[in-house]
Amino acid sequence: MNAFSTTASSTIPYASDERGLIPPAVQTRKTGARRRLALGRAIPFGALIGPILLLVIWSIGSIAGVIDPRTLPAPWSVVGTAVDLIAEGKLQEHLMTSAWRAAQGLVFGILIGTILALISGLSRLGEAIIDGPVQIKRAIPTLALIPLLMLWFGIGEGMKVTTIALAVLIPIYIQTHSSLRSIDSRYVELAQTLRMGYGEFIRQVILPGALPGFFLGLRFAVTYAWLSLVVVEQVNATSGIGYMIDLARNYGQTDVVIVGLVVYALLGLASDGIVRLFQERSLSWRRTLAD
Amino acid sequence: MASHLGGLSGAPVVRVESLVRRFGPRTVLDGLSLDIEKGEFVALLGRSGSGKSTLLRALADLDDKVSGSGRLETPDKKSVVFQDARLLPWKRVLENVVLGLDLPDAAERGRVALEEVGLSGRETAWPVELSGGEQQRVALARSLVRDPDLLLADEPFGALDALTRLRMHDLLRQLCARHQPAVLLVTHDVDEAVTLADRVLVLDNGAIAADIVIDVPRPRDHGDRRFGEIRSELLRHLGLDTKPLLPI
Repeated sequence: MNAFSTTASSTIPYASDERGLIPPAVQTRKTGARRRLALGRAIPFGALIGPILLLVIWSIGSIAGVIDPRTLPAPWSVVGTAVDLIAEGKLQEHLMTSAWRAAQGLVFGILIGTILALISGLSRLGEAIIDGPVQIKRAIPTLALIPLLMLWFGIGEGMKVTTIALAVLIPIYIQTHSSLRSIDSRYVELAQTLRMGYGEFIRQVILPGALPGFFLGLRFAVTYAWLSLVVVEQVNATSGIGYMIDLARNYGQTDVVIVGLVVYALLGLASDGIVRLFQERSLSWRRTLAD
Repeated sequence: MASHLGGLSGAPVVRVESLVRRFGPRTVLDGLSLDIEKGEFVALLGRSGSGKSTLLRALADLDDKVSGSGRLETPDKKSVVFQDARLLPWKRVLENVVLGLDLPDAAERGRVALEEVGLSGRETAWPVELSGGEQQRVALARSLVRDPDLLLADEPFGALDALTRLRMHDLLRQLCARHQPAVLLVTHDVDEAVTLADRVLVLDNGAIAADIVIDVPRPRDHGDRRFGEIRSELLRHLGLDTKPLLPI
């Protein structure tokens, strides 16, 4: 009743009703005609609105003195600290170390995860051998493996890269494997009637069909890579963003901690953006709700 | 009931003898025998569950997990048109047409085939950008580009609207006249069968219950008296005892 009267009132239903020309129901439908199930047009730069709002609240809080600078320094003093750190060359150095670790871990993890998923996804024997161990590995949080990895690889770069790679390969494996296995059997039939060879079937049907799953895995993988990086750098390290943050905590330098966190956030967003760009390029054949 | 003289001579391209196919305890095809001549257009009618699709899948070599027996001879060059167009969504239209076609001039042949089905200029479109009828035309092009000796079609127009279906009938007829493959068209549309085929088979309980040569001159008119007679006969075989329908 309420919904009806609100939509109808905006179109002066009774005037038309009195003349008996157009029944109000038609008018109601007219006003509602724009309402579609899709989301409608995207707001320009919509993704920035939320973060900017946060920044504004943070600034106002700092000016008004509501936020204690020891808890959270003002945005501009964080920026000042960042400028200082860059001028000293420290930030770049730590950033490069961290990015290099993450990149190595990602590359190894993606390669191993993809290869395992292909072996396990494309053969029964492969699945019998590989899937079990991967599921067990998945059940153990990667971070719980750090003590063991330290005993095996020491506390150097090898341990850090291995930890990241181990975290990364899981989502890559899970998503790629499941999308390999869920390729529509109708396409398998089609390939059979077109007399495709096995190699061609894999190349033309299976791999492109599994690509959406791989990309989903990749987006998780990138997140996991940064997550593991943070932990390995704070457990034991003498360089990297995580080390910088940990050191700053010891000296109570909240501003440096914030700079480190902002760098992490930027790295995470940038890498996710890159993955999404690749994803859109490779999956342009899809039509989704967002289009 | 004439035997297999679809108007053409020569050795049959399809030879089926005593074909049996079982799904668990149910015998779907029960000693079925069938010959299809070179270039002959055969339509296969039957109620749901009569074994039409099972026969087609057997001819298409798609029933390797089904138990059964019998002799089955089909040409090497055969292609299938499914009820859904079954285009790979991640391949553009032309790539879909020449999928698995290992020839140096595959792309050129693909373009010609697309032109034949009236889709020139859509080579680089994605399948999702096409209408249902256009997608099915791409599927037809994909089948014909392989120059098949046998074209198997499993209710290819079942999912299309009535108007598009009529257009597709004309197109299929033209393409078959040009390429001369033997055709087995599975359908449950009696009019479609009588309009298109040289010979119509009715499948019932896993065996051929009727085998009727369509002697209506082309182009065939649904209002034709002979058309109506054949339709009534086929409907009777399908278990619908009707008086001859009035011409539309």
